[in-house]
Amino acid sequence: MSLLSLTGVSTFYGAIQALRDVSLEVNEGEIVTLIGANGAGKSTLMMTVCGSPQARAGSIVYDGTDITRMPTLLIMRRRIAQAPEGRRIFGRMTVRENLIMGAEVAGQSNIAGVMDEVCALFPRLRERLAQRGGTLSGGEQQMLAIGRALMARPRLLLLDEPSLGLAPLVVRQIFSAIRTLNRETGLTVLLVEQNAHQALRLAHRGYVLVNGAITMAGSGLDLLARPEIRAAYLEGGG
Amino acid sequence: MTNVPGVPALAYALQQLINGVTLGMIYGLIAVGYTMVYGIIGMINFAHGDIFMVGSFLSLIALLGLASLGITAVPLALALTLIFAAGLAALYGWTVERVAYRPLRGSFRLAPLISAIGMSIVLQNFVQVGQGARVKPMEALLPGGIALMDDGNFAVQLSWMQIAIVVTTLVVLAVFTWLVTKTPLGRSMRACEQDLKMAGLMGIDTDRTISLTFVIGAALAAVAGLLFLLYYGVIDFFIGFLAGVKAFTAAVLGGIGSLPGAVLGGLLIGLIEVGWSAFLPVEYKDVAAFSVLILVLIFRPNGIMGRAEVEKV
Ligand SMILES: Nc1ncnc2c1ncn2[C@@H]1O[C@H](COP(=O)(O)OP(=O)(O)O)[C@@H](O)[C@H]1O
Ligand SMILES: [Mg+2]
Repeated sequence: MSLLSLTGVSTFYGAIQALRDVSLEVNEGEIVTLIGANGAGKSTLMMTVCGSPQARAGSIVYDGTDITRMPTLLIMRRRIAQAPEGRRIFGRMTVRENLIMGAEVAGQSNIAGVMDEVCALFPRLRERLAQRGGTLSGGEQQMLAIGRALMARPRLLLLDEPSLGLAPLVVRQIFSAIRTLNRETGLTVLLVEQNAHQALRLAHRGYVLVNGAITMAGSGLDLLARPEIRAAYLEGGG
Repeated sequence: MTNVPGVPALAYALQQLINGVTLGMIYGLIAVGYTMVYGIIGMINFAHGDIFMVGSFLSLIALLGLASLGITAVPLALALTLIFAAGLAALYGWTVERVAYRPLRGSFRLAPLISAIGMSIVLQNFVQVGQGARVKPMEALLPGGIALMDDGNFAVQLSWMQIAIVVTTLVVLAVFTWLVTKTPLGRSMRACEQDLKMAGLMGIDTDRTISLTFVIGAALAAVAGLLFLLYYGVIDFFIGFLAGVKAFTAAVLGGIGSLPGAVLGGLLIGLIEVGWSAFLPVEYKDVAAFSVLILVLIFRPNGIMGRAEVEKV
């Protein structure tokens, strides 16, 4: 069953068109990845799902409800959470406060319980609960950004380039946490990556975005095997 | 009688310290409003000083009204006045944001600033027309005090009023600090202040949070307005300008965006102003604040507790 579906979505920044007639489907329980070069419109797609900016044409349906024209704050209260590009943690708040925010904004009442789960997934966060977010390392900040999103107990998690700028070991930790979440809790994930190789291996299905338009779609392994993908995104490209 | 050299100087200095701290508390309360609004939407709310002035008038009206109703027990009258003035001034603050700033969010940077100056003039003229341009006096509510270090020649006066001002300010600031550091609203405010876009992306109602920031800032300014009225016993429609400039200076001196900085800056400006009046021509005391503002902007634009400048939209 499709949890999120975009049909013919176009998004503009003023006169500049960033998404062209994008259609995409994310089924319940799936990890779907969206790969594409820098500037292809991946973050724009994530943000359009969240209603900021809103799509100028097309429709976005989440869990049976049309959310295309819904204000961001109402979309985010429907158990969609995003760990955005650049992490955007609150650097002058403690790790604990960052996590609490994620839960209380979503109306989650069992804050201590969910925080325990998140800390079990990312034990580094537990050690750093009293520390200011801004003092964490890049990898820890990414864990915090994902943890903060998870605090809302989302059904759909949007992850925008979680591997950006991180050491391979940390990337593996984060990807393995995503796989664990998906397998054990059935969390649905839409993952944006430039790091196509790992993303396609993790995901059930993938889409390729070029200049704001979807050019290819298929299962993760299928896309991995295609020569044009290898050329553009895996062997020194992208 | 022996005149011990040194003691009067010490006593004199202590007196100035007491006066300066009292005044500084009032400036600090106003400065918090400037710094909060700057922190969250990156604008200088030039109408904030006039909200303080409106709060002062609301306090005067409430005190006179309560007196005419026969409610003269000082603590009760003060508490009721505080609630009335803070509540109504909060409504003014909310309205100003809604009417004059929110529609301009996202337009060019100077637009809300110009709008703020307009709002300042509107509030001043509104009070001038409604209440008259003449200075409004009020008799002292809490006369008397304690004399300290009385050597027969000179005694340090610590008035009940000063004690009341300092205690009220400390209580209000304690509640405010609790609100900002420990409650969901406070967390939302800090989240919006640090990253408005991300706050929105988490589902925080950023418009509401910004509104509440204005509401809280205005309520604090109204408390300052009440204390100012009690301290000086006279107000007019123009007090918001000078007090506003001084409180703004306090916010900049403390580091604009920093809440503890605003209070610290307020205390320093109060002390500087009182110190200036003690040793230099009193007619020029208002120059002190302006001079500090210029010096801080030139030599330490981030203030004492300020962070490096971040670009806000
Ligand atoms: N806020 C913005 N205003 C104007 N143009 C933007 C904005 N954000 C992104 N763009 C443009 O939209 C296109 C897609 O950007 P983005 O979605 O960030 O790509 P990606 O995430 O794939 O790197 C780029 O050409 C970028 O310059
Ligand atoms: Mg991007």
